[in-house]
Amino acid sequence: MEEEFEPTIIAFVCNWCTYTAADLAGTSRLTYPSNVRLIRVMCTGMVDPKYIIKALLEGADAVLVSGCHPGDCHYINGNLKARRRMRLLKEILPRFGLEPERLRLTWIGASDGIQFADTIKEMVAQIKALGPNACKQQMVI
Amino acid sequence: MTDWYQIERQGTDLLADIRQFLKSVLELESISALLVPRQLPMEKAVMPALVSRTELLDEADPLAPAFAVNSAKNLSRLTRKGLDAQIAAVLRPCEIRAHVELVKLHQSAQDPVVIIGMDCPGAFTNRDYQRYVEENPEATSEAFCKAGIAGEKPPGPASISPACQICEQPIAEGADILIGLYGVELDKALFLQARTEKGRAVMEKIGAGSAEAPKNREQAVNAQVEVRVAERDRVFSETEAAVNSIEKLSAYLAGCVNCYNCRVACPVCYCRECVFTTDVFDHDPLQYLQWTERKGALKMPTDTVFYHITRLVHMSTACVGCGQCSNACPNDIDLMALFRTVAHRTQAAFDYGAGRSIEESPPLLVFKEDEFSDIVGLGS
Repeated sequence: MEEEFEPTIIAFVCNWCTYTAADLAGTSRLTYPSNVRLIRVMCTGMVDPKYIIKALLEGADAVLVSGCHPGDCHYINGNLKARRRMRLLKEILPRFGLEPERLRLTWIGASDGIQFADTIKEMVAQIKALGPNACKQQMVI
Repeated sequence: MTDWYQIERQGTDLLADIRQFLKSVLELESISALLVPRQLPMEKAVMPALVSRTELLDEADPLAPAFAVNSAKNLSRLTRKGLDAQIAAVLRPCEIRAHVELVKLHQSAQDPVVIIGMDCPGAFTNRDYQRYVEENPEATSEAFCKAGIAGEKPPGPASISPACQICEQPIAEGADILIGLYGVELDKALFLQARTEKGRAVMEKIGAGSAEAPKNREQAVNAQVEVRVAERDRVFSETEAAVNSIEKLSAYLAGCVNCYNCRVACPVCYCRECVFTTDVFDHDPLQYLQWTERKGALKMPTDTVFYHITRLVHMSTACVGCGQCSNACPNDIDLMALFRTVAHRTQAAFDYGAGRSIEESPPLLVFKEDEFSDIVGLGS
């Protein structure tokens, strides 16, 4: 029997909103798939596009960047800068065959533990349906 | 009164008359020096030179089909730290666009420079230029230039560079003074257009006579642009097909030896120290072993595809399409086509045109609260 494909998702989550939401999901005993690797950053505005490119070239099946809703950023506008960078990456990476589903940006506020768990569940389901990232098989870095 | 001027032709040699015009600019008290492509005393090489003595403009050759460096980088050297004088610079349209980008990135200054732009007949790649001068020792810049403006193949074996063949912006729109070559009666006079107040002041000072706006110009320019756009779109779809998977992109870049010449030659790649040459990529020896353990084999030097994608992220919104990246590649990777294909999309995504206007902010320097909501969420 073939083993079910278990994707690896790298999630860059901001300290003030989405990380706190993940924490809330945990303390609320909500469960979500263990496919996601959370990387806590102080703000989505500090997520260098290189982090995302590197993760995908190294074989991550998807990257999620998640932070505060516009207007709620602890640093006033870091999330708005992140959104511009994601817009740029979403224009470039699909040129090289990367499916747009593998690159996601969401806003999840500190009190949205349920939304965090649901987002991860849905994203894992989407990536399972999509299959593994082509970079995983190849010698690219 | 129009913004066009004319200077009667002195003889039959176009280059001599353009040199005469450049001399009259350099003779102005307000202009300390002139940056212009100039024949080197040895060989038949043409490189930008900063000229202060008028008689040395006898070797100036702005019509030459040589384009070894994008001179916007030279202007950055001359003005970035603040220049307490005024200079003039003869630039190709793509050099002017790169200059505009560098000004917006605080790497160049606009005020100290009077830009003399030329309608661009295109240029050869460095290699083809060498061949051209070796095989046609008698060929003149004027003959090349006239063929280019007419949309004909230049004399000799080579065509103009691939970047020039798909350049849809051969008009020096960002110049202070434009030397018209398309759709003007070149045999009668030099036709020059003052496109800014700064340019007008210079033209008035040298006492050029005013002229009617050339009637056939728009038509001649449009005809050339139409051909270029068609060729450009063909290259775009060919390149898109050549890189549409990570496997194909790796093959496209397979010749890359991480020399980073493309970054050095790129006029808008302005970082003093590129992250790819810092300690960040000076990996620990054990790191290499770990990678190869995991993958079985590791292409070395590493980080090649990573480097090129990162450069697309950093610079494609500022790409002016000058083609110096391809010109500098020792292994003939067609980076220009890759960059232009991606840049066309990234610039459109932000409704931005590299070098189009000093007023437009570079896309990653600004942001708005209410924009791009369509890329947020799992449904997009």
